[in-house]
Amino acid sequence: MLPAARGRLSEELFSALVANEPLAGRSFPQAESRDDEQIALWALYELHYRGFDELDADLEWDPDLLRVRRDLERSFEDRLRSWVSIPDAAGPVSEVIEKLIAVDDAPSIARFVQRRATGDQVRTVLRHRSIYHLKESDPVSWIVPRLDAGPKAALAGLQFDEYGSGQPSRLHHRLFAEGMRAAELDDTYGRYIDDAPVEILELNNAMSLFGLHRRWRGAGLGHLAVFEATSSIPSRQMAQGLRRLGFPEAVAHYYDEHVEADAVHEQLALRLICDVLVEEEPDQRDCVLFGAATCLELEARYARTVLGEWDAA
Amino acid sequence: MSADEPDVIMCPDGPMLLRGHHRVADESGDVFETERPFSAVCRCGKSATRPWCDGSHKLLRRTKPA
Repeated sequence: MLPAARGRLSEELFSALVANEPLAGRSFPQAESRDDEQIALWALYELHYRGFDELDADLEWDPDLLRVRRDLERSFEDRLRSWVSIPDAAGPVSEVIEKLIAVDDAPSIARFVQRRATGDQVRTVLRHRSIYHLKESDPVSWIVPRLDAGPKAALAGLQFDEYGSGQPSRLHHRLFAEGMRAAELDDTYGRYIDDAPVEILELNNAMSLFGLHRRWRGAGLGHLAVFEATSSIPSRQMAQGLRRLGFPEAVAHYYDEHVEADAVHEQLALRLICDVLVEEEPDQRDCVLFGAATCLELEARYARTVLGEWDAA
Repeated sequence: MSADEPDVIMCPDGPMLLRGHHRVADESGDVFETERPFSAVCRCGKSATRPWCDGSHKLLRRTKPA
C-alpha cells in the first residue's frame, strides 16, 4: 500500500498514481516540507523494488514520473551537499573513512538500547529500522554491474553473505522478519512506513539514490563501508539490550549474526572494495568519501531525533 | 590464483581476512570451519566469538603508527 501523503506534493502525486491519471505534461506542486519530498521520493523508489499492488507496474519507467523523481533527487542531493563535507585527506580511502568514524560524535541508539531503553522504545526502533532491514542490502545490489572485476568480486562475496550464502533461512532480511514476528510486530514489507520519521526516509532514500544512479556508485560503496564498519559493536549492544528486556531470541539472533558478519564486511568494504575501486578509478575518491560522510550524517540525524524525543541523547 | 589475489589478508589494527573455505584451529586445537565467502579471524585475542573477529579490537587502544 502507498504510504500516507505528508503534504501537497505527495497528496497530489499519490492520488494521480492511484487514479492512473495520464502524467504527460502534468505538473505537481513543489514539496512543502522535507517530509513531503522524502515520502514522495520513497514511493517513487519503491516502484523499483517491490512496487505497490494498487499501482500499474509500468509506472516504474514512466518518463513523466522519472522527471518528477529527478526534481526530488536534485533537491535532496543539494541538501546532502550542504550537510556533508568531503574530507581533504591523503592516504587510502579506508584510512580516511576509519578516521571519519573515529571522530564521529553522534549519540548511540545501540548503547541506549543496551543500558536504558524500555521495551516500547526498542519496538519503535525496530519499526523504524524495518523500512531498511526488510530489504537489507538490496540497494547495494544495483552497484554490482557497474564495477570492474576487483571490487565486483569482493562486493558479490559480501552480498552473497548478506543473502544467506544461498540459504533463504540465513538471509538477513528474512532473519529480521522472523525477529519482528517473534516480537509481535508486523513483518509485512513497508508496513511501518507511516511511522517513519523523515530521517529514516532520508537514510533509505540516500541508499536508493546511490544504488540507482551509476554516477553515485562510489558513494554507494563509501556508504556501505561506513554502514558495515559501524555495525559489529552496536549490534552486540543491541543484542544485549534485547536480552536485558527479555525480547525473544529470534530478535537478538538477528543482531548476533551482524556482530560476526559485519566484522567481516567492514574489512571487505574498506579494503577489497573501496580501496581497490579508488586505486582503479582515482576519480571516484571524492564520491566514495561523500557516501561515507553521508552515512554518518544521516545516522547521526536519526539518532539525535529519536533519542531527543526520549530525552536520552 | 594470481599474485595480487592473496587468500589471507592482514588488516591494519584488525583481523586476518580469509577468502574462501578454510579450517581454522584455535589455541586449544579445536577446529572451526569457515561458513562465509570471506571470514575474519580475531588477532587481538579479545573477541567473544573466537576464532572469529567481533570488532572488539576497536575497543583497544589503537597502535601508534611506526
